Amino acid sequence: MSGLLTVAYLVAGVLFIRSLGGLSKQETAQKGNLFGIVGMVLAVVITAASWIIADDVSSRLNGLALLLGAAVVGGVIGAGLARRVEMTGMPELVAVLHSFVGLAAVLVGFSSYLRPASAPHAGVEHTVHAIEIWVGIAVGAITLTGSIVAWAKLKGTLSGKPLLLPGRHALNAVVAAAIVGLAVPFLNAEGTTGLPFLLIMTGLALLMGAHLVLAIGGADMPVVVSLLNSYSGWAAAAAGFMLANDLLIVTGALVGASGTILSIIMCRAMNRSILSVVFGGFGTGESKPAAPGAAPAGDVREMKADEVGLRLLQARNVVIVPGYGMAVSRAQATVKELTTTLREKGVTVRFAIHPVAGRLPGHMNVLLAEAGVPYDIVMEMEHINTDFPQTDVVLVIGANDIVNPGALDDPSSSIYGMPVLEVWKSKLTVVFKRGMAAGYAGVENPLFYRETTRMLFGDAKKSVDALVAEVRK
Amino acid sequence: MPVIIGVPKETLPGEKRVAATPETIKKLKERGLAVHVQRGAGQGAGITDEAYVAAGAELTDTPWANDVVFKVRPPTLAEAGLLKEGALLVSMVQAERNPGLVDALKARKATVLALEKVPRITRAQKMDVLSSMANLSGYRAVIEAATHYQGFFSPQITAAGASPPAKVLIIGAGVAGLAAVGAARALGADVRGFDTRAAAREQVESLGARFLEVKLQESGEGQGGYAKVMSPEFIAAEMALFREQAREVDVIITTALVPGTKAPILVPRDVVDCLKPGSVIVDMAAEQGGNCELTKPGENFVYNGVQILGFTDLASRMAATASRFFSMNLWHLAGELGKGDAVTIDLENDVVRPALVLHHGEVLPPPQPKEPTPVAPKPVAAAIIKPPPKAVASPAERAARSTVGGIAVVALLSLLGRFAPPEFLQHSTVFVLACFIGWQVIWSVSPALHTPLMSVTNAISGIIIVGGMLQVGGTLDMASILGALAVLFAAINIAGGFLVTQRMLKMFRRDDPAPASTGGGHGR
Repeated sequence: MSGLLTVAYLVAGVLFIRSLGGLSKQETAQKGNLFGIVGMVLAVVITAASWIIADDVSSRLNGLALLLGAAVVGGVIGAGLARRVEMTGMPELVAVLHSFVGLAAVLVGFSSYLRPASAPHAGVEHTVHAIEIWVGIAVGAITLTGSIVAWAKLKGTLSGKPLLLPGRHALNAVVAAAIVGLAVPFLNAEGTTGLPFLLIMTGLALLMGAHLVLAIGGADMPVVVSLLNSYSGWAAAAAGFMLANDLLIVTGALVGASGTILSIIMCRAMNRSILSVVFGGFGTGESKPAAPGAAPAGDVREMKADEVGLRLLQARNVVIVPGYGMAVSRAQATVKELTTTLREKGVTVRFAIHPVAGRLPGHMNVLLAEAGVPYDIVMEMEHINTDFPQTDVVLVIGANDIVNPGALDDPSSSIYGMPVLEVWKSKLTVVFKRGMAAGYAGVENPLFYRETTRMLFGDAKKSVDALVAEVRK
Repeated sequence: MPVIIGVPKETLPGEKRVAATPETIKKLKERGLAVHVQRGAGQGAGITDEAYVAAGAELTDTPWANDVVFKVRPPTLAEAGLLKEGALLVSMVQAERNPGLVDALKARKATVLALEKVPRITRAQKMDVLSSMANLSGYRAVIEAATHYQGFFSPQITAAGASPPAKVLIIGAGVAGLAAVGAARALGADVRGFDTRAAAREQVESLGARFLEVKLQESGEGQGGYAKVMSPEFIAAEMALFREQAREVDVIITTALVPGTKAPILVPRDVVDCLKPGSVIVDMAAEQGGNCELTKPGENFVYNGVQILGFTDLASRMAATASRFFSMNLWHLAGELGKGDAVTIDLENDVVRPALVLHHGEVLPPPQPKEPTPVAPKPVAAAIIKPPPKAVASPAERAARSTVGGIAVVALLSLLGRFAPPEFLQHSTVFVLACFIGWQVIWSVSPALHTPLMSVTNAISGIIIVGGMLQVGGTLDMASILGALAVLFAAINIAGGFLVTQRMLKMFRRDDPAPASTGGGHGR
């Protein structure tokens, strides 16, 4: 059985890798997801089978009932969440699922400490195993509270403002030192007498996870969620180490790598260093005060929907730059309608997506896909930035910082160095905006004062509605 | 009773523009101001009296009898005499070229806003008639040149022979000059631009023209964006350059104006002598004496086969568009003259004050000069030393970094191998390999699918369910219950993650073939 188990785990691991590989293209993505499901079913079924035949089942019916009950309840809750979640609420769902992985890692860690799965270790092996439990629980606990705080911030239950305790770096250092230091008495404890240390450490790790994410501002949520994604992977991998289970290790490593890569992509897109994210409170404090940037000179020029509509119909190339503001006013469906109408009239319409548009990597793509925008006209920043000079009209809907020219030419701006969509190179840029407020980063946007920029004030949904009516005429 | 704005018909021969259009009249009416237009005022610009009435204006024969008068050209002395006592006149004044006009207006106790004196600050750009008219004139100058030039502007290669592009020299790269550069380029000509201000280089080149330079270094940056008067050495070098160019070019367009004085002579007789017969000179400064020594204002003067166009009505030759722009400028300026249906003069207003020639018939002391720099030249911004944005590491650098990382991992593993139990080492190997595979696979994931990627990883990290299952034993002790709880939460992840991913991926659809044009932009 153990040989079969190993082979099944190997197959499951390969299927998981193929699952992630399948996501590289839209065409293969659904198949990828299927691979993942098959791999998961295989792993669970084989584990269950080995659990059942390992010993006399009749003596363990209680355990079986408990297992089945837990799996069914969990599965039903999960399916319900998946069916009901709105696409705008994806970041919250992802965050809460991260927290579950962290929680499961903590639970498995404690369980494993109370009753080791394999024969009791001795000597070095005992120490190594104890360290594995220690690390696994610590990472799991940090992921747990970090994700819960991230979830609350995304949901708006907690304010998006960073909580900056005085001396928070020192505080983190002290807590981290305590987490490491407490390991010494724990390692020396016999049997399960180290439990109090483990509990104290878990408490500290929980606090630290919450504090790390509390110190991060609302604008940086895409980075935080990606980072927690990788933490959840590392937590699973650590659980794999303590249970000596290679499948868990492989999967955890895959997820960890995935989260890390996403964090790196997000950091590059916001011009932040990954270290400042890990230790929280970036974009504030010692890095640079949120300088308002040079006060832009000039006038804000308004353009009414009827004229914008006219310009759109005269245009040959139109690019739409959506931001989270579009999702907030639920304008996706109308934007799609505008797109369809314009394309029917022979105008080429494309979408330009900044990596950090939305609150989750790739969030904007999902929202547009939900509205029915075909994905082959939705372009990434690198692919479309060179096309702006040939673009007749750019519609900026609910985006601000990601189209701020100050990021390229104003060293005093706090977002200086961040790659942005260079919409101002087009012949006309129309910015849909409620009012003249600054974006997430709190930076003035000189784009609004450019010669070729016009503002269309008002609720994004209503403005786009009016535009649709205009171009249909 | 609302304030009435009178709009007289322009009387200067050949002047077809008008100071109000139905469009601006509507806007003025919305504000509560009434407009009385002289019968036939819009004729030259193609605006019928009916169109004015339809927009809400009243027709009148006595436009000068109102409290406010909008006008394009400076009024004649006779017209000034018609002005109602104490009225507000908004028009061009050009006092230095119309002696006696200010005195005549003074006699009427008039308040006078001179449009040419609206300061060239950013806020006042939309009220700047000089800019809007210069833009039109620059374009028109090229069109006039093309009309009088007897060849193609763009290069031609035909069965009947080839013709090179016309070579056009444009002197002065202000608003008019740049408009001319743009128009000449659009016609396909080989264009060179010249300006004494270095800031103009970028603008000229951005329009696809060559920027000419004299060898001498001297900045021509003057007040208010105009060029200043240059030193004799510079002018000598400049003339040498123009003579050299004149042997080559087919068209010269001059746009050099120095405010308040006669236009500088840039194309003296000896430069004209260098031009081939059939060449065309358009002198846009003709009204102020001309940049060419031989210019006859208002005429097409032919000298040795070279046509020297001294038209002073270039903007008026595009009367419809010119009137629209001019009246929009006036409408924006009216925004500075109080709110609602009242028209007031605010002496503190930094747009109104410099343009105010007379206030109730009094000459005001010159205003405090405020920052006079206009918008056009902005070399300063470009000169800011930019700390180079954090460069993305070159492939070689990255390779070096990952090599270092690899060596570190190997070192760490061998250290572990020295002390750790073999089982742990084996797991570590699996872990490191899996990290590498993950690293390679994930980078190829399309950014558009990052959200599904996160939900899939959410689901597969639910594999921790296996760990929970292994911890559940026969007895319902703490360890079993903790294990079962882990199973529960992991199951949420698995079900939730996979299902939501499936839901999302189903939404991603390629462009269905239904809509007519599928990108590419052709077929229009």
